[in-house]
Amino acid sequence: MAEESNRPAHRFRLEGASCAGCVRKIESALNDVPGVDEARVNLGDRTLTVRGDADPQACVAAVQGAGYGAEEVRTSEREQREQQRAEEQQHYHQLLWHSALALGLGVPLMAWGLITGEMGVNSVPQQLAWGGVGLVTLAVLVFCGGHFYTGAWRAFRHHNANMDTLIALGTGTAWLFSMLVVAVPQLLPEAARHVYFEASAMIIGLINLGQALEVRARGRTSAAVEKLLQLQDPTARVVRDGGEEDIPLEQVQVGDRLRVRPGEKIPVDGRVLEGGSLVDESMLTGEPVPVRKSEGDSLTAGTLNKNGSLLFEAEKVGADTRLAQIIEMVKNAQSSRVPIAKLADTISAIFVPTVMIIAVLAALAWFNWGPDPRAAHMLVVLTAVLIIACPCALGLATPMSVMVGVGKGAEYGVLVRNGKALQQASDLTALVVDKTGTLTEGAPKLTDIETAGDADQLLALLAGLEQGSEHPLAEAVVTAAREKNLALPPLEDFEAITAHGVRGTVGGKKVLLGNGKLMQREHIDAASLRERAEQLAELGRTAMFAAVDGTAAGIIAVADPIRDDAKDAVARLLELGLRVEMLTGDSSATAEAVAQQLGIERVHADLLPQDKEKIVGDLQQSGERVGMAGDGINDAPALARADVGFAIGAGTDVAIETADVTLMRSSLHGVADAIELSRATLRNIKQNLFGAFVYNTLGIPIAAGVLYPLTGALLNPIIAGGAMALSSVTVVSNANRLRFFKPSEVQQ
Amino acid sequence: MTSALIVNLVGLLLVAAISWWFWLQPRRHRAEAVNAAEKLRVLVRDGVYEPDRIRLPAGEPATLYFRREDPTPCAEWVLFPDLEVSAQLAVHRDTAVDIPAAEPGEYPFTCQMQMYRGTLVVE
Repeated sequence: MAEESNRPAHRFRLEGASCAGCVRKIESALNDVPGVDEARVNLGDRTLTVRGDADPQACVAAVQGAGYGAEEVRTSEREQREQQRAEEQQHYHQLLWHSALALGLGVPLMAWGLITGEMGVNSVPQQLAWGGVGLVTLAVLVFCGGHFYTGAWRAFRHHNANMDTLIALGTGTAWLFSMLVVAVPQLLPEAARHVYFEASAMIIGLINLGQALEVRARGRTSAAVEKLLQLQDPTARVVRDGGEEDIPLEQVQVGDRLRVRPGEKIPVDGRVLEGGSLVDESMLTGEPVPVRKSEGDSLTAGTLNKNGSLLFEAEKVGADTRLAQIIEMVKNAQSSRVPIAKLADTISAIFVPTVMIIAVLAALAWFNWGPDPRAAHMLVVLTAVLIIACPCALGLATPMSVMVGVGKGAEYGVLVRNGKALQQASDLTALVVDKTGTLTEGAPKLTDIETAGDADQLLALLAGLEQGSEHPLAEAVVTAAREKNLALPPLEDFEAITAHGVRGTVGGKKVLLGNGKLMQREHIDAASLRERAEQLAELGRTAMFAAVDGTAAGIIAVADPIRDDAKDAVARLLELGLRVEMLTGDSSATAEAVAQQLGIERVHADLLPQDKEKIVGDLQQSGERVGMAGDGINDAPALARADVGFAIGAGTDVAIETADVTLMRSSLHGVADAIELSRATLRNIKQNLFGAFVYNTLGIPIAAGVLYPLTGALLNPIIAGGAMALSSVTVVSNANRLRFFKPSEVQQ
Repeated sequence: MTSALIVNLVGLLLVAAISWWFWLQPRRHRAEAVNAAEKLRVLVRDGVYEPDRIRLPAGEPATLYFRREDPTPCAEWVLFPDLEVSAQLAVHRDTAVDIPAAEPGEYPFTCQMQMYRGTLVVE
C-alpha cells in the first residue's frame, strides 16, 4: 500500500465514457502509453486514475485517440498541502535524528578533550586510537551531513557557492587536518598535533539541529494560507438525476447543481436556485452580520451557511473562485521581493566566495604573524570563519517577515498585492479618500421632509413623480415612500429639466421637485423655505423644494449617511500621522459638512472622475507619498496613480486585479489596519536585516581572531557552528513575532 | 623559509582561484533552450537548479516544470523577481511555473534565500 501511494498518480475526468466497453477501450489505450504502470477507470464518477511516470498530456492524447475526452484533475491544493506537511514532518524528524547522532559522537569527544585535555597525537597507540575515531567521525559526517558535501560539490561545478559550501569546507578542513595529524604527526610541530574530530561532528550536529528548528518555525509562517485553505470542505454534495451524492470538490463543474445544508460551507461560487438562508461571510468580508440569501443571490466559496438549506448552481469552480484567487494572491505576495532587501540581495550574491577569501587571508595572517602553534591557529581560524558566516540569516531576513506580515493581513481582510506595496504603504504621508462608498454609505437616504400639510401625502406625490427619474437622489425618495408602505399615484407627462429638477402630473396634480432655480423659473414663491434649505445644506444634506399645483408645498432633504465607523477610522489615520484629504463629486457645501463631521480638514469638491487622478498627481509633485482609498470602480485611474491604491469594497474582481491593497471589509478601518501592518512588517524586516548584518560583521572578525590580543584565545569552531545555527532560527522566530500583530482598533 | 613561502603562495593562489572560479570565469556552460510548446523540467536538488541557465524565445509565454527533490525549506520557493513570478514548489513532484512573455534579456531566478540561483535568458 505504501509503495502504491508512492508512485505518482494522475487523475482525469472522462467525457463520453458510459459503458463497460468504453472502460476496456480506454484502459487498453493507456497501457500503450510509455510510463503507465496501471490505468483504472471508475465509471461511477467517470474518472480515470493512472499510476506511473507517464506524461499526463500523453495520457489525455491516448484517451482522445480512443474517441473520448479527458481532462486532468489536479489534486486539491489542500491535499497537496497535507502531503507537503507530511514531507516536512518527516524531514524534521530526519534532521533531529541526524543531529542527535552527530552530537552523540561530538559531545563525548568534546567532554574527553575538556576533561583530560588529551587531544594530541604523540605516540603510535594514540595514532591508532585517533585514527579509529577519525573513521567513525567520517562515517557520521557522511551519514548525517552527506547532503552538505554533495550540495557543495554540485554548486561548485555550477560556479556557485552556497551555505553547503561553507559547511562542507569548514568541517571537511577540520577533519582532513586531524587525519593529517594522525597519519603523519612528524610533519607538524608538537604543539600543533591536535585533532579536531569533535569539532566537525559537533558542527554538523548543531547545524542539523538549527535546520530542524527552522523547519519547525517556518511551518508557522504559512499558517495564514492554511487557514484560508481550511475554509473549503473537501467534498461537495451534487444533485444529479434526482439523487444527491458527495463528490470531491475538484470534480465539481460549472453548471452543477449543489446542495448546502445548514452548518455547511459553500463549496464553490454560484447562484441560489432554491431556498433561503443566512450566510456568514465574515471570513471573506469581515462583515460580522450574516447576509440573507435567497433565489438569484450569489454565493461565495468558503462562506458558512447558517440556518437554511440552499440549492445552487456552480458558476465558478477550482482556481476561478474568489477564495482561490485570494489564496493565490496571498501566496504570490508572500513570496514577492521587497525593495528594502535590495542591498541584502546584492550582498548575498557575492557573500560566500567573499567569506572564503576572508577565511584564507585570515589563516595566512595567522601563519605569518601569529604566535605558535601557527598551523593549529590557522586551522581554527579558517574553520571558524567559514562556519560562523551565515548567508541564511541575511537571505531569510526579509522573506520570512513578508510571509508572516502578508499572511496576517489576509487574516484581517487586508490583501497586499506585493512586497513593494507593503513597503510603500509603510511610509505614506498623505491619504486621499473618495467620499462616496468609503466615508459614506454610497446610497442616499431621505433624511427630512417638512411641510405645512400631511408629510406622508407629500412624500407619496413626490415618490410618484420620482418614479420616472433615474437620478440617484430619486431612488432615495421612492425607497422612503416604499418603506412607509405608501401607495404611489400614477405619473403622467414626466419631464426632467437639466440642472433644475423634475416635473410631472401625479394623481392629477401638477408636481414640481427641484432646486431654488426651478422654483424661480416656475415663478413659485419659496422664500419661506429658503432659510430652512440653507440650514439643511450646512448639515451636509441636499435640500429640494417641492411645489404642488403652483404653490410651494414643502422641502425634502436627502443625504448620503456617513458610515458608522468612518469617524473612528479617520481619527486612527490622523493618529498615524497621515494627512487625510477627501475627494468628492458633490457640491462643496455638502462635502464640507461631511468633512467637518469626520474631522477631515482638506476637501476637494465638485470633482469630475478624471480630476481625482490629477489631485493625486499634484500631491505627489509636492513631495507627498500618497495613498488613495476608493471603491476601485470609479476611481481606478487615481488608485493606479497613487503610490499605494487601497480598493475598498468587499474585494470586487476588478479591485483584486488592480489595487495595491484590497480591503475585503468595506471600511476605512481596513486602510488604517493595512498601514499599521505594513509599518510593523517593515520594522520587523529592519530588525532582521540589522541583526543579520551585525551578526555577520561582528562574527566574522571575531572568528578571524581579532579578539585574540584581548582574550588570548581563538573562537572555538564549535561555538561558531552553534552561533550560525542559532542565527537563522532567530531570524525566523523574530518574523514569527509578527503573528501577534493586532491593529489598534481591536486593541481598544 | 621556503615552506613559509609555499604556504603564502598557496594561500594567494587559492584567493585567486576562488575569485576566478566564482566571479570571473564566464558561465559558458550550455543553456537549455525551451520552446513555448515544450516541457522543460528543472531539477531542484542539492543547492542547484539543473539546468541553471534556461533559454526562452522572447515575446512568448512559457511554462517551466520545477521538480524539487530537496526537502530543506530553502528550496521551497522559486522567485523570478524581475518578472514578478514566484511559486511554491512541492517536494518530489513537478510544479508548473508560468513565465509570461518577456523582453529579451537575462532574468535571474533564485530561492528565497538566494542560495539556489539560475538565469533565464530570453532572446
